[in-house]
Amino acid sequence: MIAELGLAMLWMAAALAVLQLVAGALALRPATAHLAGIVRPVAMLQGVLVACAFAALISLFLSTDLSVKLVAENSHSAKPFIFKLAGTWGNHEGSMLMWVTIMSLAGGFVALIEKRLREETLIATLAGQAFVSLGFYAFLLLASNPFTRLAEPPPEGAGLNPLLQDIGLAFHPPTLYVGYVGLSIAFSFAVGALVTRDVGPAFACAMRPWVLGAWIFLTLGITAGSYWAYYTLGWGGWWFWDPVENASLMPWLAATALLHSCSVLAARNALRTWTVMLGVIAFSMSMVGTFLVRSGILTSVHAFAVDPTRGTFILALLAIYIGGALLLFALRAGTVTEGARFAVVSRESALVFNNVMLCGILGIVLVGTLYPLLTEAMGVKVSVGPPYFNPVSAVFAIPMMLVMTVGPVLRWREDTGGRITWQIAVPALVMAAALLAVELLLAPINLLPALGLAIAPGLAVASLQPLVGRNLRRTPLPIYGMVVGHFGIAVALFGMASEGAFSTERLAAMNPGDSQQVGPFKVTLSAIDPVAGPNWTALQATVAASYAGAEPIVLHPQARTFANPPGNRTESALLTRWNGQLYSVLGEEGEDGRWQMRFWWKPFVPMIWYGGALVALGGLLALLGRVARDVRRLVAIDKIAWRRERQGR
Amino acid sequence: MTAPISSHRHCERSEAIQSVTHTALDCCATLAMTRVWVWFIALLALFALTAPLAAQDMLPPAPYAYKQLADPKQEAKAQALMETLRCLKCQSQSIADSDAPMAGDMRHQVRTRIAAGEDPEAIRQWLIERYGDYVSYTPQVKPITWPLFAAPLLFLALAAFLLRGRFRRSKGA
Repeated sequence: MIAELGLAMLWMAAALAVLQLVAGALALRPATAHLAGIVRPVAMLQGVLVACAFAALISLFLSTDLSVKLVAENSHSAKPFIFKLAGTWGNHEGSMLMWVTIMSLAGGFVALIEKRLREETLIATLAGQAFVSLGFYAFLLLASNPFTRLAEPPPEGAGLNPLLQDIGLAFHPPTLYVGYVGLSIAFSFAVGALVTRDVGPAFACAMRPWVLGAWIFLTLGITAGSYWAYYTLGWGGWWFWDPVENASLMPWLAATALLHSCSVLAARNALRTWTVMLGVIAFSMSMVGTFLVRSGILTSVHAFAVDPTRGTFILALLAIYIGGALLLFALRAGTVTEGARFAVVSRESALVFNNVMLCGILGIVLVGTLYPLLTEAMGVKVSVGPPYFNPVSAVFAIPMMLVMTVGPVLRWREDTGGRITWQIAVPALVMAAALLAVELLLAPINLLPALGLAIAPGLAVASLQPLVGRNLRRTPLPIYGMVVGHFGIAVALFGMASEGAFSTERLAAMNPGDSQQVGPFKVTLSAIDPVAGPNWTALQATVAASYAGAEPIVLHPQARTFANPPGNRTESALLTRWNGQLYSVLGEEGEDGRWQMRFWWKPFVPMIWYGGALVALGGLLALLGRVARDVRRLVAIDKIAWRRERQGR
Repeated sequence: MTAPISSHRHCERSEAIQSVTHTALDCCATLAMTRVWVWFIALLALFALTAPLAAQDMLPPAPYAYKQLADPKQEAKAQALMETLRCLKCQSQSIADSDAPMAGDMRHQVRTRIAAGEDPEAIRQWLIERYGDYVSYTPQVKPITWPLFAAPLLFLALAAFLLRGRFRRSKGA
């Protein structure tokens, strides 16, 4: 009953999306302008209906209704509550329903609160949003129905993959989805503004919170995903330029560029077409990411060719939305002027430079990710990996970070280098001193880590400069957001460079009682014991690690064996100090009875993820600042309207 | 959903990433892929009978699979090379990050050859001869990979062009 109800609500929501699209499109014509009134309520109702459908699916998973195919295939009655809940989106159909739910709720929310835009532009935006949703409704209802019933329910469900039964991973997909979907709202705003040729500061102000929100979630998702890869995979790597990672990095790069160009548009009414273009690109990258991950094309082009239904569907959606938006862009771009002008030395220029460099990196990642698929389709298998991505993206990233040191202290419109001599000199001196220290005092290290170690401290100092000479209590929150975000980039860069430059590895075959030196640590293997968990058994090593002769700390790396479904997993044990992490892994038993142990000492490696968290925090501060100002503004407008009304009486 | 995990247990990373990002649908794809891989691995094993690089899961790991070279300079050289070689049994992992027996054997090969004084690039070429370009994460300069090297230059040129246009216009303002 609940499944049928959910499906019915999903169909009704899809019908409402059609209504929203048609009414919205008609409302833009003078003859049928009276239809505009129904677009907002329809958008809100649509959001509520999909949310109810999603709630229905959640309740099916919580009650483990095995007559529903999706539940039978992906759940198990004996799972803990939290993984029954997370199981709702731990599968293809459920995750697509979640996507549509977030998207429609966001659309309904826009309809509910957005008051800055011209009504026409808002209607066009909502129509655009309905158009995008419709594609996903079609995908859901025609190619991946989550509510399909089974004729004969099985006695028990198949269970959730044990790797997914991890609290971090349970919430990783929703985090990235919120990011992707937030960019769909930015896309709809861009389309709406193009339709009504109404690209200006109001449009940028309306779009900015959505871009910021999406960007915060993408940042968190990528940071958490990187840490997860680091601690679960057992070899100490934190970024692999894997296509799945790239799929999440590309929307982030585009969103970062969009965020900055939005600021220019909001503050200076410049970069109009460029901002709209980025809005289209950012969502395109989300769609490309979804296609890469969902179509199965990554595992092998051939696997994709075997069952191309869903992949083709997403590819068609991609072509319709991106192609359509680009066509609209090509038709309208000529009529949207680029806006206010600015001098070579100005904050706008620095932001334009940042945008172009980010787009350069984006282009590199896109080409490097897609090109092997292309050659594979042509019958030649090539690999593109870190030796390509690292240096090539650095060619763009390093100039960008150098400009980033001065950008925030430049004035809008026009400035001179002479005015900010000190602000340029201080970070430059810090960088030069750091580079000198790295080259003279340390053993020779590779070029990229050395540059990273030099740039990071200078960037950290430079990121604080916008606060110099300000009254800190009256500084607006978005300024703090920028400072914290840029500082976070410096922190993360330092962690990455330090990991690349100073990591020490120690592989050793050990008997209990043996010791090894790993960087500043002396590690002693004390014992190997069998242990058991709720659904696994493991061999557990007891390792005593002593930092530079201090009191030893005990670590327990494990080699786990899962029974149902069967699988092995190494469980590394980490010892975190303020200046780095000791990483320990228990390997297999050798022929001579000794155990393969792997240790790494990675100085300052946690700063990579602290940095990522700081960047997200910076985004949050900026968002809070913007939203608070908008709320105050709305309250003020309401007050004025209320007073006028009273005076009118 | 069970098959992919048990079939190649050593590639935890690819398994896990797939399980997370792909899910039910993609597990079908993974199953299909597993079949493709089984064939691929069978083919490799066939080659392995004649090639010196025998990747047989049943044998104990080769001595230098999990053992570092005594000379830290040579070990660093070997490590740098291993990080740019792809584990053929996994997805998106270098042989330096993999528990797969075949990756272990390749690490052994790399370390013994480096210890014997061979040039890292010569070792790479030797591996490419056996396994094809796919084994090297550093794209080889060949007509098929020209677009990869042209792309950054193209983007740089485009960036220069865009920036130049912007600055010209602003000078007039």
